[in-house]
Amino acid sequence: MTEMNENPLDILPEIFLVAGAVLGLLLGSWLPRHRQWITGALAATACTAGIIAAAVTSPGPAASTFGDAYALDPLTNAGRIIILGGGLIVLALSLRPLHADPREAEFYVLIQLALLGAMVLAGAQDLLLLAAGYLLASIPAYTLAGFRKDGPGTEAALKYYVVGALLGVVMLAGITVLYATGRATSYLALDGALDDTPQGLLAVGTLGLLAGLLFKAGAVPAHYWIPDAVQGSAPPAAALIATLPKIGALAALFRLGAVPLDAEPLPWAALIAVLAAASMTLGNLAAFFQSDVKRLLAYSTISQVGYLLMAVAVAAATGRAQSALLYYLAAYTVTNLGAFAVVCALPGAARIDDYRGLARRRPLLTASLVVCLLGLLGTPPTAVFVGKLEVFTATIDGGYTWLAVLAAVNTVASLFYYLRWIMPALAHSSRPTPPPRESRTARAVAYTCAALSLAIGVTAGPVLDLLSGPMSR
Amino acid sequence: MLSTLVFAPTAVALLLLALPRRTPAKVIRGIWVATAAGLMAATVILWAGYDPGGGMQYETRARWIPSAGVGYHVGVDGLSLPMLALTCVLFLACAVYAWREDRRVREFAALFLFLETTCLGVFVSLDLILFFVFFDLSIVGMYFVIAGWGHKDRARAALMFFLYTFLGSLALLLGFIGLYLAASPHTFDIVDLTAANPLAGRAGYAGLVLLAIGIGLAVKTPTVPFHTWLPLAHTEAPAAGSAILAGVLLKMGTYGFLRIAMPILPDVWRQYATVVVILGVICILYGALVALAQSDFKRMIAYTSVNHMGYIILAIGAAAATADTSRQAQSLAVTGAVTQMVSHGLLTGALFLLAGALYERGRTYDMDAYSGIAAKAPVFTGMTAIAAFASLGLPGFSGFIAEFQIFTGSLGPRPLATSLSVLGILLTAGLFLRALQKIFLGPLRLPDAPGTPRPFSDLRAHENTAVVPLLALAVVVGIVPRFLLDVIEPASIAVLELLAR
Repeated sequence: MTEMNENPLDILPEIFLVAGAVLGLLLGSWLPRHRQWITGALAATACTAGIIAAAVTSPGPAASTFGDAYALDPLTNAGRIIILGGGLIVLALSLRPLHADPREAEFYVLIQLALLGAMVLAGAQDLLLLAAGYLLASIPAYTLAGFRKDGPGTEAALKYYVVGALLGVVMLAGITVLYATGRATSYLALDGALDDTPQGLLAVGTLGLLAGLLFKAGAVPAHYWIPDAVQGSAPPAAALIATLPKIGALAALFRLGAVPLDAEPLPWAALIAVLAAASMTLGNLAAFFQSDVKRLLAYSTISQVGYLLMAVAVAAATGRAQSALLYYLAAYTVTNLGAFAVVCALPGAARIDDYRGLARRRPLLTASLVVCLLGLLGTPPTAVFVGKLEVFTATIDGGYTWLAVLAAVNTVASLFYYLRWIMPALAHSSRPTPPPRESRTARAVAYTCAALSLAIGVTAGPVLDLLSGPMSR
Repeated sequence: MLSTLVFAPTAVALLLLALPRRTPAKVIRGIWVATAAGLMAATVILWAGYDPGGGMQYETRARWIPSAGVGYHVGVDGLSLPMLALTCVLFLACAVYAWREDRRVREFAALFLFLETTCLGVFVSLDLILFFVFFDLSIVGMYFVIAGWGHKDRARAALMFFLYTFLGSLALLLGFIGLYLAASPHTFDIVDLTAANPLAGRAGYAGLVLLAIGIGLAVKTPTVPFHTWLPLAHTEAPAAGSAILAGVLLKMGTYGFLRIAMPILPDVWRQYATVVVILGVICILYGALVALAQSDFKRMIAYTSVNHMGYIILAIGAAAATADTSRQAQSLAVTGAVTQMVSHGLLTGALFLLAGALYERGRTYDMDAYSGIAAKAPVFTGMTAIAAFASLGLPGFSGFIAEFQIFTGSLGPRPLATSLSVLGILLTAGLFLRALQKIFLGPLRLPDAPGTPRPFSDLRAHENTAVVPLLALAVVVGIVPRFLLDVIEPASIAVLELLAR
């Protein structure tokens, strides 16, 4: 805080997104409807430039910028790259269904703002900035959920909004209490200042803060908006809502657990471990008999957040938690978006039964679906397998063997519903298939994601090396 | 060399999938058989160049995920070489047997070639994670074989198979992570872990790790009480799938005990050897008794697998039993166990292929539906009789060599368990004779089910070509076993030395 460290180059990826969003909005007002895709291309350029900027600054030492408000460390940088990469995939998925839509430009702008919010969550090192990131990640996402303005979309947006607004207020209250307790909002200042403060206040503040972040992560007990929001919104928006805000929220939770809340008297790690256990178990049980594919994926993401929270629980206990979390996040993002890409590629198929006989018609797409679903399960050699290996190892290393055992049991249970989807896709179809309304772009995205998921898994060595490194503290 | 052997089948599988859709089935079958034969030849060359006293050979070691302690490390020794050869023989037999398969031949061939990669991979892996990757992928491959080409109840059978064995593989993974964290520096390398013996003196921790690894391997073997997936999976799988499942996949469990559990966890293995022996005896007796109660031919063979794998469990338990038994007896038990793996693979493979031939002709496995087939199909009868007699341990066949060694080696340290196990031989003899009598002797009666228009024909050329070599090999091992035992014995002595630490 002593010297001037307000170098805008440090937050170049964020600046690119803001610029892309503002320019997109302006351009969108002037461009004719069939040329609105240019704003999408602009958004993709912003994301790509952001990825390059983040990759270039990656090797630097851990530092803070803008006072102590924003961290520059592997967690932020990897978060940026994963979020922007995920953003590129979502943009590719939206290109086709939104082509020449009257509000096409707005959609791309909203996507960029939601990405920006997630990135701010991942990098924030100050409670107030965290709150800003929360709002920035939430509000565009509410709009995206209801973008189609149809019945289910409106319901999705409304549920999403009401829960989000409520928990956002709780979070702000928690931040206020924490500010009162620790007399600071910066993590670096709070680290140590929280040790001998009134425990009751600290607990209330932490729980309030947790409420908001768990909502963004989609973890139990703040998970019940996900199935409705995902099922009700358009497939590309659903892919974004179910995947990208989580990355920011989990990185934020990890940072909180590793820096200000690591040595304080509250049983933070045990609390997160219990929430992880609840998330993976409830998500799995609820997913069992879903027949709507988007709803099934929504419940599957709840259980995946449970596995991710395992790494958050041991954030302070073991040095391998950070690379485990980030690797799993990258693997999960690619794989989950791949599964959503298959859903986007077949907009006419909403239910599992509609996938019957897909293997005959679209062998490659079916192969991508199988790779992504078995990938989500953690079958080697896909990326999530290495992610699970790392997360399980970190969890056992951090002293939570029971959680790792529970996660293994849950993984087996999740096999059941992933297979419920795979089985009809491979089966022989008896009835004539309806005229396929298919999207070629989404199909290509699905292939790419499946291939990436395999590639990241096989080249896990160098990727993992990139993700480890000291955090800013 | 080994890596080429392991990954060549998958490369061919991808090539098959890339061929244009109109490629005639004959070409695809030809490529499949040629690949399997090529792999067989490569293994023979490997065997010829193998020095029995030389320990681990053909090793390749490369960095893979160094920060996670995972490496690419493959090699063969006297435990894995017989398994490699068995895998190649069985896959070649299945490729030949499936000559008349006409349902989605391309995918079927590609899947089997992929399965071959995973099976070979498991047996050459010297890194726990590499082992796990192949182990898990073999489950996935077999799931698709059952789900795609199985009989009526295939969906349920495939799901059961996947769920059970996947549970086992995750238990295995937890155990591996336990080993990894115990070693310093952290590593998943089997050779390094064996040398380090990281859990010596930490009985509680080691017990938990052995429990996890034990459950994982026991599900795959399968031992009672984890065997419930096996009968269903076998009954519903296509013949070639059953042959691979019983012949190769089950061996991954017992191979894992010999390769991982015994050398890396010697203290706890010795400590809990009694449990292993008891489990072995239960498998032997329970498997035989339940098999005796079956009226379904394929289900009966499936349960005899539980019985036959029980002998292996008994042997590896008895080998660790006490310190005062002579090293020679222990070595006999372990050598017998490996021989039994080979023998069971050959014979059960043949039996399942023959069961498949029976089903193709009568559209049912129900033994009561058949009678007096000997008159109609003498070759089929002869083959089945040979396989059945060999399987029940008649001298002159591989089963005898294996079981004789197991019993001789186990009798000293575990007299009670071994004498109980001999009852298992009696029971299997009874059930095989009963089955032969029911199906082949008596007045001619054939099932009158829909879908059986043709009269019961004898074995066709492709079926003979698949089954005869398996039985011939069983006879060769039964009469001149030295070529096999010379390879196994040094390796089993090495395992015992590691176990005695």
